[in-house]
Amino acid sequence: MTRWVAILILALMVGLTAATAQDADQVPVEEVDTRTEAISKTLRCVVCQNQSIYDSNAPLAEDMRRLVRKRVEAGDTDDEAREYLRNLYGDYVLMSPPFQLNTILLWIGPAILVLFGGIWFITRLRSAPVEAIAELTDEDRARIEAALAKKGPDS
Amino acid sequence: MSLSRLLPAGVFVVIVVFLAIGLTRDPSVIPTEMIDREIPSFELPELREDEVMLTTSDLIGETALVNVFGSWCVACLQEHPTLMELSQAGTVRIVGVNWRDKRDDALTWLAKHGDPYSDIIFDAESDLVIEMGVTGAPETFIIDPAGRIRYKQIGPITPDVWRETIRPVLDAIAREQETNL
Repeated sequence: MTRWVAILILALMVGLTAATAQDADQVPVEEVDTRTEAISKTLRCVVCQNQSIYDSNAPLAEDMRRLVRKRVEAGDTDDEAREYLRNLYGDYVLMSPPFQLNTILLWIGPAILVLFGGIWFITRLRSAPVEAIAELTDEDRARIEAALAKKGPDS
Repeated sequence: MSLSRLLPAGVFVVIVVFLAIGLTRDPSVIPTEMIDREIPSFELPELREDEVMLTTSDLIGETALVNVFGSWCVACLQEHPTLMELSQAGTVRIVGVNWRDKRDDALTWLAKHGDPYSDIIFDAESDLVIEMGVTGAPETFIIDPAGRIRYKQIGPITPDVWRETIRPVLDAIAREQETNL
């Protein structure tokens, strides 16, 4: 009797696994895993500052990972999944800021600083007045002669 | 005085301005993306009657506050008296989103502190909450009769917040409705 129950349960379990395996559509599980992981690493956890949702243990990060997984399973490309979360949480959710009008200073600011610094340095270098060296006066020569004579010619 | 002498002072001023802006902004407040969007579609059970399913259409037709709360949420207790007052006065419809909670815990919490909600969406798995771009509880959305999100309040609705922020938005929606009729 117990054996029959066991067999029945086993059969049910096998059937169920097969059914779910078929339901989980085209994207294979391993691919979903790796892609969810990769996308999660590029998304910022919105409650924990500068941690990706992959690194964070916050419950909200977990929810966001689940949403990413759901999008991947639904057939989104990586960018589409990222865009989906950006649509909900704004640019903030992207670990690397997008290149757009309000971030342009962030991206090209350092280059501008180096450029202007370089220009300033070069112009300064060129226009720096060469300091005139004062001619030796007769008095100076006399003092030099005296000093050399005192030292002796050989030493 | 030559211009180059002023340069360090100029740089200093620029740095001060940047820091003044940068350091006084609260980095945990993320501007919401949801303003003027329709509430996302959902189908979730009602907390108090688990056989009843609530959908997007249940939030359309009347201006409402959609309040994300949970029995685990400490700051929610801070706004609860305000919500109770609003509900008893019948000022505005208040819909609850019970987030990441256990049904029994939530019901106990409501029994203890009072229940200001006309409907409560039971969102244990964050399905709706995450689609609304919620970052924490309490958060309260103001939705107009068309089901569009008009405002999002992050943090508790204190009497001050109600007077200075929430009520003006509700008034504006009411005025719009009158002119549309």
